[in-house]
Amino acid sequence: MNLFFYIAAAIALITTIMAISGRNAIHSLLFLILSLLAVSVIFYLLNAPFIAALEVIIYAGAIMVLFIFVTMMLNIGIEGRTEKKWLNPGMWIVPSILAAVLLADFILAIKHVPASHSVDQIILPKQVGISLFSTYLLAVEIAAILLMAGVIGAYHLGSQKKKVTHRFLKKN
Amino acid sequence: MTTFIALIPAIPLLGFLVLALFGQKLTRKTIGYIGAGSIGIVALLTFIAGIEFLKSLPQVKSYSVVIWEWINAGSLKADISFSLDALSLVFCFVITFVGFLIHIYSIEFMAKDEGFSRFFAYMNLFVGSMLILVLADNILLLYLGWEGVGLCSYLLIGFWYKEPVNGYAARKAFIITRIGDTAMIIGIIILFLSFGTVNINDLMQQASEKWVAGSSIAVLTAALLLGGALGKSAQLPLQTWLPDAMAGPSPVSALIHAATMVTAGVYLIARAHVLFSLAPIVQTAIAIIGALTLLIAGFSALAQHDLKRILAYSTISQIGYMFLALGVGAWSAAVFHFMIHAFFKALLFLAAGVVILVLNEEHDIFKMGGLRKKMPVVYMTFLIGAASLSALPLITAGFYSKDAILWYSISSETGNTLLWIAGITGAFLTALYSFRMIFITFFGEAKTQPAFLPGKMMTIPLIILAVLSVIGGFVELPQSIGEIHLFSNLVYNTLPAVAVKESGHSEILFQAISAIIVLAGIYLAYTVYLKKPALSESFNHSRLNKFFEKGWGFDKLYDVIFVKPVVWLSEIDKNDIFDWLNVGISRLTLLTNHLLSITQNGKLRWYLMSFTIGIALILTYMIFR
Amino acid sequence: MLTVPVEIQILFAGILFLLGLIGLLVRRNMIFMLMSIEIMFNSAGLVFIIASTHWKQPDGQVMFIFILAVTAVEVAIALAILLQVYHHFKTLDADSVNKLKDHN
Repeated sequence: MNLFFYIAAAIALITTIMAISGRNAIHSLLFLILSLLAVSVIFYLLNAPFIAALEVIIYAGAIMVLFIFVTMMLNIGIEGRTEKKWLNPGMWIVPSILAAVLLADFILAIKHVPASHSVDQIILPKQVGISLFSTYLLAVEIAAILLMAGVIGAYHLGSQKKKVTHRFLKKN
Repeated sequence: MTTFIALIPAIPLLGFLVLALFGQKLTRKTIGYIGAGSIGIVALLTFIAGIEFLKSLPQVKSYSVVIWEWINAGSLKADISFSLDALSLVFCFVITFVGFLIHIYSIEFMAKDEGFSRFFAYMNLFVGSMLILVLADNILLLYLGWEGVGLCSYLLIGFWYKEPVNGYAARKAFIITRIGDTAMIIGIIILFLSFGTVNINDLMQQASEKWVAGSSIAVLTAALLLGGALGKSAQLPLQTWLPDAMAGPSPVSALIHAATMVTAGVYLIARAHVLFSLAPIVQTAIAIIGALTLLIAGFSALAQHDLKRILAYSTISQIGYMFLALGVGAWSAAVFHFMIHAFFKALLFLAAGVVILVLNEEHDIFKMGGLRKKMPVVYMTFLIGAASLSALPLITAGFYSKDAILWYSISSETGNTLLWIAGITGAFLTALYSFRMIFITFFGEAKTQPAFLPGKMMTIPLIILAVLSVIGGFVELPQSIGEIHLFSNLVYNTLPAVAVKESGHSEILFQAISAIIVLAGIYLAYTVYLKKPALSESFNHSRLNKFFEKGWGFDKLYDVIFVKPVVWLSEIDKNDIFDWLNVGISRLTLLTNHLLSITQNGKLRWYLMSFTIGIALILTYMIFR
Repeated sequence: MLTVPVEIQILFAGILFLLGLIGLLVRRNMIFMLMSIEIMFNSAGLVFIIASTHWKQPDGQVMFIFILAVTAVEVAIALAILLQVYHHFKTLDADSVNKLKDHN
């Protein structure tokens, strides 16, 4: 079991690195989907099968697909010429240093986590569902409102009204 | 009685408040009623208070009333308190009565002016301050009135503020009188520090007890107070502001610069005569200054061609006479001359105002002429005023007052033949220039036609003042003529009599001499300016004439000595260290702004980077704590 | 049954997060920046699931569901804004949309 975890982790890391350093947007997105699938495997190994399913269905299946559709709509060119121009190796240094500092902080911070109990127990969707609709009912309703707000907002933001500029403001 | 005294300064101040706050909303008629009416009421009150005062003589010499406590700080206690004695009564009478006539005149004079309510507000404020000055019981309150009249003089000289020249003249007046005021306040402080009180009567009493005559502290204090008087009364060396102050309207010149404010110095010296008696050197200096001033101003008046400037120099000259009288110890003669001078000088200024107004603001006498037939009433009153000014013998009031001064200048204990010679020369000059003024302005052919004739409100005050200029002298006739001593008896308790030295001079002789001199002056003016004008033509263009016209070059002297160096110094000092401080602070702020605005460059990734650095720093700090 | 130490699991999630952060800072194209943000969201959710397993409670999974909802909304709105920006500026360069800078 541990082996599967390490393999999935490695796949997730490698595909994430490929995703963020890619030149082609579609390729990067596809790598990202792979990374999400690997993480979903890890979720399953962590005794959360319901969440693993949700990860694939919603995250990789809806959100990433939305990304891909928008990227295809924007038609930003497959060659990635501009990406090459923008992405010189020198740019990686400073963020990497910062990330290293944060990583060091992170490692120092997690040294004091207590060990887990030995009994292993799968958390079934039923438990999650009961918890969701009894303890966290209010949060569910708020999340629903949030989704509705998102729908309405996205509809308005996406509308392409022809902008009418006054004739004095037109630059001709 | 004492409430009357408190009301006398209060009513004009109330009039000022009403006009200042509501003047824009009232009609001209109402403003006239309030402005002139308040002074009229005060004149009436003064009249009533005067009758009460006269009835209660000789038991009661003065009335005092304390209104409220003003300053009570440590050892300095000063109250708003007024006291009425003979000296204040004379001054109050002149201020309110002449002031009332001038206010009535102003209703018609300023009728077309847009600043009508402002004018009457300022005039009321002035009369209120002047009354505070003369009625004040303690010297700090006197100084308050002193400053108040200085302020109103500034406001009224620069009344037509849209002309920059008027503002310049107003500032000049204020600054020069300020020099005098500074000397005066130092003198007041010395008095307070020496005696611990500011009440005038107490001060004088303690000064006479504790200070030795001729001691340096008495001389110093007297000299400082004299400095204040010199500034306000436009005597040497602070006389240069008065001719320029003619930029104000004629009623202002009549009230402030002829009858009342410029005589505040005379009032101060008369009020503090005990102190001046303790400093004989200063008294001699007063006499000399008076004599010199009257000569210098007399010569200057001879060369002027602006009608009001002739009268301005004439005022300086006549106040020089009053100072001469104060200098030889003839206190009551000086105050008597003040009263008579107020009558005829106000008359002259008001009449001059009428002439200038009907000739459409023409000030040059050489462009006037022939007004005798066109404006007979103005001519007659002007003639009476000029005659009184020249001290025409026996029939004018000016003769009696000026003659008293001339007599005392030689017969008083501190009198001197030289002073008398200066006085008599001044009398000759006075006759010469006043009749020059008459002959050139009213005789000859008319070079400018009058646009209209003055109305009743302007001519009636002229007539009243003309009558007073004639009969006003009959309250004090000298020994040789009629021996009426109404005036000096009135002020006897407040102003001591002159110490006359025994000498062989007879008064009649000197009166005859002065009469002859005056008539000679009038005859010379007639010859040179009317009969054969060619005789004066050559003099008119001479260099001496120009020198006299510029006031003996005092303006230029002060410009070179004081004005130019100060301006040069301030030009050099433009960028000194205090400027660096101010400029430096603003430059520093701008620099910080530039530096900080670099961080706001609108780039998203820049902001993200700063987030990350911040998180890294905070986390590192938290981990390692 | 997984016996990988919890520290390693969380470390893995942290590394994923930091990778997303690096990607966010380095890339200029806004699509990539949004993608990196997704990576970071995902890693945060991973930590919640690890915690849920560790403490044997379903609360972590509930939290993950909420994170999912929030991420979905955020992506939708962000992409809509991205479309408007592209429509207006004709470029997806994050450095060229700097109209809010201090012109001093």
